Amino acid sequence: MQVFKKLKISLTIFVFVLNVSSYAEAKNECFESTSRAVFKFNMALDEAILEPIAKGYNKLPDPIKKGTSNFTSNIGILLSIPNNLLQGNFSQLGHSVGSFALNSTVGIFGILNPAEKIGLNPHKEDVGQTLGTYGINSGCYFVLPVLGPTTVRDSIGIIADTFIDPFAHITIREKELLSSSGNSLDYYSLKATTAIDFRADNDRNFESLEKNSIDLYSSVKSIYLQDRENKIKNSVETQDEWGNLDN
Amino acid sequence: MKKIVVYFISLFFFLQASLYAYSTNPENFVNELVTDVIKRLSDKSLNQEEKEKFVELIAVENVDINALGLYTLGELRKSSSDQDIDNYQKAFKKYFLKSLTSRLSDYSSSEFEVLNSDQKSSNYTIVSSQVEPENGGPKIKIDWRIYTKNPEKPLIRDLIVEGLSLARTQKEEFASILSSNNNDIKILIMKLEEFSKNK
Repeated sequence: MQVFKKLKISLTIFVFVLNVSSYAEAKNECFESTSRAVFKFNMALDEAILEPIAKGYNKLPDPIKKGTSNFTSNIGILLSIPNNLLQGNFSQLGHSVGSFALNSTVGIFGILNPAEKIGLNPHKEDVGQTLGTYGINSGCYFVLPVLGPTTVRDSIGIIADTFIDPFAHITIREKELLSSSGNSLDYYSLKATTAIDFRADNDRNFESLEKNSIDLYSSVKSIYLQDRENKIKNSVETQDEWGNLDN
Repeated sequence: MKKIVVYFISLFFFLQASLYAYSTNPENFVNELVTDVIKRLSDKSLNQEEKEKFVELIAVENVDINALGLYTLGELRKSSSDQDIDNYQKAFKKYFLKSLTSRLSDYSSSEFEVLNSDQKSSNYTIVSSQVEPENGGPKIKIDWRIYTKNPEKPLIRDLIVEGLSLARTQKEEFASILSSNNNDIKILIMKLEEFSKNK
């Protein structure tokens, strides 16, 4: 009965995504004025909290930063594994499983990255990307408080991620998996550390973008949508929109 | 006497031109240009103003600023008057150079390497390169869209940093400004001019 209920919820969500996606493209806004207000709030939050922490983090010795980055990335691979399966991408599945196994053992719980040295290069995959590979459009664009830019498809993906991510399973749902267990605090601490690591890594890029944008909201939207497109395709195909200009 | 003056003037212009003339092969063009820029930017005998002037000269010579301006304007370029396009191009050029020089310090002491190139058509070649930041951070992949319609004078039209096209980002930013201002090109021109003055 429980399984049936879960399946029903999943199907309802799936149909909702399909419906919304067929009417909206990512370039379209769901509710722009609200998104702009949320974006402003997120920027203030970033300035007050995330940016100072990221700047402090950047002062740490490189091996500590590298180790933290490796550790969070290694746990992040756990979400990629079911998505590799759902996408039928078995080559990437090999990279993800091999990398996680090697880094968690030889790499001392993921602090080191020996997998990279032997050519294992797992891509980060999530449910939003998996739905994208199924041909589901992104739907309209909006900004979530704290979490930032997203689309209808990707926001549903964020929720679905917590159902298929083994790390979320043992932390948020406090279930035991291969003798490992944890709690919600572990999950949110890891997410916060990942965000700080990302913010610190891109500190100079954020500053440059802020300094050189006339409309920062639109620049961030464009970058987010381009990045998601590339991640779904797993390649960087440069769009040839320049052709029109030469005709 | 007149001949000597003409000779020296010609020589001066030749030297100026050759100072910023790079190879016509797209891969070598990018490699020589970036190596030259990095060398100048790390030259301690030059002050900030001299460095900015140099980068401006390099950009004017080697970036297709006019085409970039038209591309970022989107479909509006077809319906705008010649006068408006002309005013927009002037404002865009100032905006572009201003934003370019303000980013100078960002990557000036990085290691640069051209990886390969891919000729997409007779008009375009994509040159792939990577930059290794001085702080030892992860390598950044940069693709250069080189316009080769005139094979003797390759021009940069776009930089694609880790898959993110700077021209497309700019175009979508301008499109948003235009759509919230009734597609009024004059407002976009005003905003570009404000940026150039204030930043």
